[in-house]
Amino acid sequence: MTLPTLDLVVLLPQLIVLTAALLVLVVDGLSGARSWLLAGISLVALLAAGAAAIWLSLQPGEPRRLQAMAVADGFALLFDVVIVVAAVLGVLLAYQSIPRISQQVGSYYALLLLAVVGMMTMGAALDLIVVFLALEILSLALYILAGFNRSEPRSAEASLKYFLLGAFASAFFLYGAALVYGATASLNLEAIAAALAGGSRSPAMLYLGIALLIVGFGFKVALVPFHMWTPDVYPGAPTPVTAFMSAATKAAAFAAFLRLFLTALPTAQPTWSWALAVLAAVTMTLGNVAALRQRELKRMLAYSSIAHAGYAAVGLVAGTAQGAGAVLFYLLAYAFMNVGAFGVVAALERAGEYDVARGRLAGLSERQPALAAAMAIFMFSLTGIPPFAGFFGKLYVFGAAVAAGWGWLVVIGVINSVISAYYYLQVTVEMYFAAPAAEAPAAAAAGKKGRAVAKAAAPSPAPEEGKAAPAPLSRATAAAVLAAALGTVLIGVLPALLTGWIAQAVQGIF
Amino acid sequence: MLDYAWLIFVPPLAALLVNAFFGRRLGKPAAGYLGAVAVGLSFLVALGIFFGLLGLPAEERSHTVTLWSWIHIGNFRPDFALLLDPLSSLMALVVTGVGFLIHVYSVEYMKLDDEHHQLDARRYARYFVFLNFFIVAMLILVLANNLVLLYLGWEGVGLASYLLIGFWFHKPSAADAGKKAFLVNRVGDFGMAVAIMLIFAAVGAQAGSLAFTDLYRVIQQSAPLLAGVASTVTLLLLLAATGKSAQIPLWVWLPDAMEGPTPVSALIHAATMVTAGVYMTVRMSPLFELAGNTLTWVAWVGALTALMAATIALTKTDLKRILAYSTISQLGYMFLGVGVGGYVAAMFHLTTHAFFKALLFLAAGSVMHALHGELDINKMGGLRAKLPTTYRTFLIGAAALAGFPLLSGFFSKDAILVATFEHHAYLLYAIGLVTALLTAVYSFKMVFVPFWGQPRDRKLFDHAHESPALMTLPLWVLAALSVVGGLVNLPFVATLEHWLEKLVALGPVGKPEHPALAVELALLAVSALVALGGIWLAYRAYVQQPDLAVRIRERIKPLHTLAANGYYFDWAYNKLVEGLWAFSRFLAGAVDQQSIDAAVNGLARAFGWLGSRTSRLETGLVSLYALSLFVGLVVVLGYFLATAIIGR
Amino acid sequence: MTAVPTSFYLVLSALIFVIGAVGVLVRRNALIIFMCVELMMNAVNLTLIALADRFGRLDGQIFVFMVMAVAAAEVAVGLAIVMALVHHRDTTNVDEINLLKG
Repeated sequence: MTLPTLDLVVLLPQLIVLTAALLVLVVDGLSGARSWLLAGISLVALLAAGAAAIWLSLQPGEPRRLQAMAVADGFALLFDVVIVVAAVLGVLLAYQSIPRISQQVGSYYALLLLAVVGMMTMGAALDLIVVFLALEILSLALYILAGFNRSEPRSAEASLKYFLLGAFASAFFLYGAALVYGATASLNLEAIAAALAGGSRSPAMLYLGIALLIVGFGFKVALVPFHMWTPDVYPGAPTPVTAFMSAATKAAAFAAFLRLFLTALPTAQPTWSWALAVLAAVTMTLGNVAALRQRELKRMLAYSSIAHAGYAAVGLVAGTAQGAGAVLFYLLAYAFMNVGAFGVVAALERAGEYDVARGRLAGLSERQPALAAAMAIFMFSLTGIPPFAGFFGKLYVFGAAVAAGWGWLVVIGVINSVISAYYYLQVTVEMYFAAPAAEAPAAAAAGKKGRAVAKAAAPSPAPEEGKAAPAPLSRATAAAVLAAALGTVLIGVLPALLTGWIAQAVQGIF
Repeated sequence: MLDYAWLIFVPPLAALLVNAFFGRRLGKPAAGYLGAVAVGLSFLVALGIFFGLLGLPAEERSHTVTLWSWIHIGNFRPDFALLLDPLSSLMALVVTGVGFLIHVYSVEYMKLDDEHHQLDARRYARYFVFLNFFIVAMLILVLANNLVLLYLGWEGVGLASYLLIGFWFHKPSAADAGKKAFLVNRVGDFGMAVAIMLIFAAVGAQAGSLAFTDLYRVIQQSAPLLAGVASTVTLLLLLAATGKSAQIPLWVWLPDAMEGPTPVSALIHAATMVTAGVYMTVRMSPLFELAGNTLTWVAWVGALTALMAATIALTKTDLKRILAYSTISQLGYMFLGVGVGGYVAAMFHLTTHAFFKALLFLAAGSVMHALHGELDINKMGGLRAKLPTTYRTFLIGAAALAGFPLLSGFFSKDAILVATFEHHAYLLYAIGLVTALLTAVYSFKMVFVPFWGQPRDRKLFDHAHESPALMTLPLWVLAALSVVGGLVNLPFVATLEHWLEKLVALGPVGKPEHPALAVELALLAVSALVALGGIWLAYRAYVQQPDLAVRIRERIKPLHTLAANGYYFDWAYNKLVEGLWAFSRFLAGAVDQQSIDAAVNGLARAFGWLGSRTSRLETGLVSLYALSLFVGLVVVLGYFLATAIIGR
Repeated sequence: MTAVPTSFYLVLSALIFVIGAVGVLVRRNALIIFMCVELMMNAVNLTLIALADRFGRLDGQIFVFMVMAVAAAEVAVGLAIVMALVHHRDTTNVDEINLLKG
């Protein structure tokens, strides 16, 4: 009897992060462990995992495989990089605020790292069992992280809602996997494609299965109408968690979504692409329109993230290599700009506060010009204004869709980005063109002379702002926001650095 | 030498970085001098580009400088590259030249804020950061060698304009105006974005770089590729141009943009940015010619905008608003010129307009400076005694705008009218003439009412004082340019026409025939008579018989009301926005809570037979979310099953 | 003696799955909702076993073991989350858990 050979190098990034998670738990158990040490271990492990992913992707020859279970191809490894970006920024953001809300800092980092393991595996999985396991690993960790603020009932509520609905959606996903298994007698993605190549024997079962899989993924990436948890869970969860999960979960779920639908189910593409196109159109529209009315930043960003899931789904609808590459690029851009935006929110949060009203940004450009400038960059990038990362994300996604003949969907997408300009712009208007909130009542009371009052108050704003100011900006948070802003700008100025690489990487999933 | 053209970006970029980080420490006026000198250096580089091109034989005057490869995805590979040719070098000269003068003016002007308090050093430096940023973005726009890079500059100048309109942000009207400008421009940008995508979809394989030179080549060699989409694409580009250049129907943002500091109005909202639409249309003119009908649209949009904006300008009494509507009207002329194939005439008018309109705005700024921000011309009067320099330069600017014979505006406006006449578009020509008459009237209304006669507000008049030399110097330079600017393209000499010859010869239509000498002279005479007639009318109505204007107004009351209210464009847009807003409220409030609840509850009752506890579903939130998920599943399932069944 | 046809198992498990799903929709107690989700997962397990048996393959059955392990982990996490909420609100009724909305 010969034992199968296990090429565990395929899972090198995951193994590094997993080891670090366990190490964090052990170190946390030792007395006197410092918060910086735990964060340091997490950061080093994440960066090492990212480096391992890049190293693996530079290996010549065929991608390495772990039996028929997982593969370390360019597609999986680039998604690893996206997840690492979100996770590194997430750890930096957590450094200041998590110790304020919880004693169990070690568990926080460990859970975050475990979620990263699950996320990375999503992109690498070649088998429905592995996809399911990865999905559950990341979900279970995130359920707990969402409820990490034990003193805040809203956090617990977010956790429960996410958990109940997530488990519900997982059950659908699982049933979908089982039905696809029933239609093809296989759980391996490539074998499924082979079985379907000659036409399915039981198309009803297959289509039922695909529909259920769409529900499962649709829930994770928050496509309408599977999105309803998002506007509650994002504001309810601690901000660093929201920042991390908004970008990383989307990336992981889209990685598996793309690989499953493009590798295993290309024969059914004419059918599922129409269903997804309608979902994408509805998602973009509802997300943006609902975001228009939000006055709180986290909830606004939650609706905006729904809209962005819709934009990314447009690339999947295209169903081409260009489309898949566009989704990858979009999610990388999204990781920088969205985590950055949440990072600014985290920097503004006061202790015990659950969401930040948009009005709180008033006069930020005077108080903290660097923070305001970073936020402006994120907002412009999310709107899709060149030369920021978000512009190229949208450009690629829409370009791929146009090339694949989805013109109407692109028109809806572009109209939507026009709509979204309004609420993103509100944020910059607030920061740059609004008098600070502390002065607003005085100005209103003084009527026409308000301006003069506001002017007189402007040179000596220090006394009023003392109590209004949030905790001073920590170096870790500042580093996260700065890194995110740099990434957003760099990708926007030099997208060509990545696009060639991405175009090559996505070939592997076809 | 042309390969070093990128140097044009370096001084303003460096200055904006220094001012952004150390501006406060530099203080006033050092931050301003830095910004101004940087643009001056850019102007020298622009001159270098111009002479570099001049040194080349005419056929070789199209030079691409690739700075770095920007995007590479499949066929889609626009580079970060500059296209140096006669058209772009002309634009670069105008942008940096006029830009430099306005920067110099700003050094002094921006020391005080809009309420004549000292402006603090940080905001002073920030102003120059924004202004330098604008110059960089505008240069990217005009020097871009492909559509995507042009779009980058296009968005960049929009951003700068938005930031600068809202510069006096403690005024709610300023912040609102900035927002309005930005949002209206997004509508135009939407057209631009879709147009670029459509062009790429059509010719991606042949011209994936989307470079203008590649597009021209495709148009010349394999026009059928683009013929199918040309109409759609050019109409979308026209939409983009109407947004940026404030034409019907997207003109509404420009009058409000006057909330920004006056030098900003001069630079961005008169001389340079708003002409980007004209530049882009000329740049893409081979495609417009391929589309055929769109050029007629361009001409009519331009002519109607010119006429309507001129009538509105007549009804306004706010000095800057008159100038704003006048800008819209003059931009309309340029579009009329483009629409009838007079590209050179349009570019000529663009150049001279940059001189005299910047001059008028800066002179108006000088008046504001003297009168502590007062802009209502009905409160002024007799100012020529107090502000002699401002008066003289303003008079030159107004005369150029009115088309006073032998000044720059006379020749450039006439060039457009001649082109229209030669295009046999006599109705458009008539509209152009009427507009020219109105232009002359309101131009001299701006001269006679504030500067002549008796002071109407004694207190304002007594406090008036002439502006310092640093502000009047740019006025004199611009005044000189407004006078001699016509030399750039005198009739029969046509220097500019030779310079832009190659561009004009690109399209399928080819070079326009010059009219007979007699016809051209006759048209010139007509233009001169119209301008002089307009000035005489203004003299009658505003100096000799001040009640004449009132009587005329009474006679045509409905028309006056219509024009004074800007033809109700703002009103219509407000209604539209209110409608959208109500719809959004309905979606966010009603749909998310009531209607979805109602729909969900209705559905819940439909599921009622499944369980005994249906009634409890009414307010349950988690269940509601689960139900939404479930309903989604049912819909998707239904779709898939239907496909499966039909597929069989 | 004839074996029970596979389709019977599939129909039965589909019914159980739907019962579980409807339970999630109509029940109010967080714990019972969660039990209904478990019911759905077990219905899928039945499907997987029946299919694996018909195909004569092991992978479906291995999947079932994985699902059971995951379900156990979900119980652990789920109960902890419900406990945390009870700590704040003293209720397991999901209708009363609506601080977050809009």
